[in-house]
Amino acid sequence: MRAEGGRAILIEGVEKAFGATRVLKGVSLTLRQGEFMALVGPSGCGKTTLLRIVAGLESADAGRVVIGGRDVTRARPADRDIAMVFQNYALYPHLTVAQNLAVPLAMRRLSALERLPLVHRLVPGNAARRRAIAARVGEAAAMLRIAHLLDRRPGQLSGGQRQRVALGRALVREPAAFLMDEPLSNLDAELRAGTRQEIVDLHRRAGVTTIYVTHDQVEAMTMADRVAVMMEGEVLQLGTPREVYDDPCDIRVAGFLGSPRINALPGIATENGVSLGTLALPLRAAAAPGSAVTIGLRPEAIRVAPLGLACRVEHLEYLGAETLLHARLEAPEARIVARLPVAAGEGLSRGDAVRLGADWERALVFGADGKRLALHQAARIDA
Amino acid sequence: MPEALALSAPRRATAVLGEASAAWFLVAPAGIALFLLLLGPSAALLALSFSDWELGAPTLAWIGFENYAELATDPVFRAALSNTLVYVRVVMPASIGLGLGVALLIESGTRLRAFFRAVYFLPVVSLLVAMATAWQYLLHPTIGPVNKLLAMVGIAPVNWLGSSDWVMVSLCMIGVWENLGFVVVLFLAGLTAIPADLYAAAETDGARSGLDRFRLVTWPLLGPTTLFVVTITAIRCLRVFDTVAALTRGGPNNASEVLLHMMYREGFSYFRIGYSAAITVVFLVIVLALMLVQTRLLDRQVHYG
Repeated sequence: MRAEGGRAILIEGVEKAFGATRVLKGVSLTLRQGEFMALVGPSGCGKTTLLRIVAGLESADAGRVVIGGRDVTRARPADRDIAMVFQNYALYPHLTVAQNLAVPLAMRRLSALERLPLVHRLVPGNAARRRAIAARVGEAAAMLRIAHLLDRRPGQLSGGQRQRVALGRALVREPAAFLMDEPLSNLDAELRAGTRQEIVDLHRRAGVTTIYVTHDQVEAMTMADRVAVMMEGEVLQLGTPREVYDDPCDIRVAGFLGSPRINALPGIATENGVSLGTLALPLRAAAAPGSAVTIGLRPEAIRVAPLGLACRVEHLEYLGAETLLHARLEAPEARIVARLPVAAGEGLSRGDAVRLGADWERALVFGADGKRLALHQAARIDA
Repeated sequence: MPEALALSAPRRATAVLGEASAAWFLVAPAGIALFLLLLGPSAALLALSFSDWELGAPTLAWIGFENYAELATDPVFRAALSNTLVYVRVVMPASIGLGLGVALLIESGTRLRAFFRAVYFLPVVSLLVAMATAWQYLLHPTIGPVNKLLAMVGIAPVNWLGSSDWVMVSLCMIGVWENLGFVVVLFLAGLTAIPADLYAAAETDGARSGLDRFRLVTWPLLGPTTLFVVTITAIRCLRVFDTVAALTRGGPNNASEVLLHMMYREGFSYFRIGYSAAITVVFLVIVLALMLVQTRLLDRQVHYG
């Protein structure tokens, strides 16, 4: 996608504090037209606050928000041309599904007078507008396969159905942006996986720029075009799911994405690389020789190797398709988790000595401040 | 196995019997209390209303519907009934309307919420008879501050509690003052129960004005609260007694006579217990009818399942 492909949403230097707590410390993000961006981070990182500022439900202390080329920093939510999906769905309990879906249209297309019960019959042209709204509601309901539920109230629906109605209420209008606040977090695991794909499909069909807030890295990685990883009120990294996983710029990003967590091994920078215990690794690290660094190694980059680092097995987790090996590295002292093929884990048990090697070219080196020091070097040592 | 089955059959029968008697045994204390405290007295009341018993009289005679027949022609009863209904019709909507407004203002404010809540609730917790004395002073025709204030803007003094034209107006004002805090506190509780997300959804859905949000979210979600408030306020208004007893004693010339005060006078001033019981039965029928309307008709429309 080209840079001039249009800026659907521009967030610039947004700051927010609640009392003495600085929730957002100058966040800037640019979303391309039609892009699906996931805002991911642990709870309390400020992602929901940022979304609410984009929606206009919260005001920014500093910075600005531009949606579809229009500065909306001071605009009311109703004037921002956005649709939002809430974590708890926020459906109107007294209205039927059809009425819930019609609210965003009725609020915009009908005057206050036309929305009054009974009175609306007296307003000319009203019937035609109402028919148009009903037709659009029908389309959205068909798209989400909830047409058979139109006469029910939210209280009579299952969690998954409510979730669809909430999506429908966003889809029924064609807004400049969809804002989704953890829409799947109240669904059970199975339903969540199915709905994930469905939201991606809906997004592809509607082509509306979407910000999707989640604390679930799987959702972020599987659904988004780009992922913004937020921590402590800052966007640490913005990139495609591949970039943020393979090429994290910060140990916190590397630690947040991936399950089990990335291994963090204490290394020391040397003249021509990094040393890990007795092992000299030709990893170019822009650090003063002798300074402490952290070597990040994904569990899937580790394997059992006869000449590897000496470790002791702490416990094994058999997951069916693979085995997670939790081990203690003896020198330097560190914990290691390895994702092994089931066959490689066979015969190992608690307390056994095991030697672990790695694809060292996949190792990531971080400085004492947690920032990434250098890109990996294409050198393979099979220790 | 067949042996076990054969054994278990009679045992199950005794278990069922035991279960039933245990159930009766467990229900008994509550059942007896219910009868002694509520159903029994109500039945006695109904029975008394068909008698001519006077307090202290050694005998009574069953006179059928005579008490009710007398009520139908008693001008005092007619005044009491109509005054009570006027009181309900004025005080209930006024205190509910004002109370909702005050509750919305308090809820939308950011500061001093607890303070306002406490202030509005004061009349509810204070002793009404004592407060009535304060009202008596305020509304006193010659030394009362209300009339003095009116005089300052050139309005002739009003005999608030002493003239038959004004006495119900005064009682209704005091009634609104008395009920307002109660209504405010109930509505405040109802308002805090409305999820904030619904307002956020309403705003993003295009509800720009406060009125739009009120119609889309606040009013429908307050439905159960409103229903409760309407019922309880109606009953509180029907029960009006303290202010009448303390301030007007039904006067002047029965212009402020109400059901419960008349019942009290017939029963405890004139000792006509039978007649007084008949008035109470009428009162109870009205209250029961109100509760029926609530549970049967309105309840279904405000609880969204």
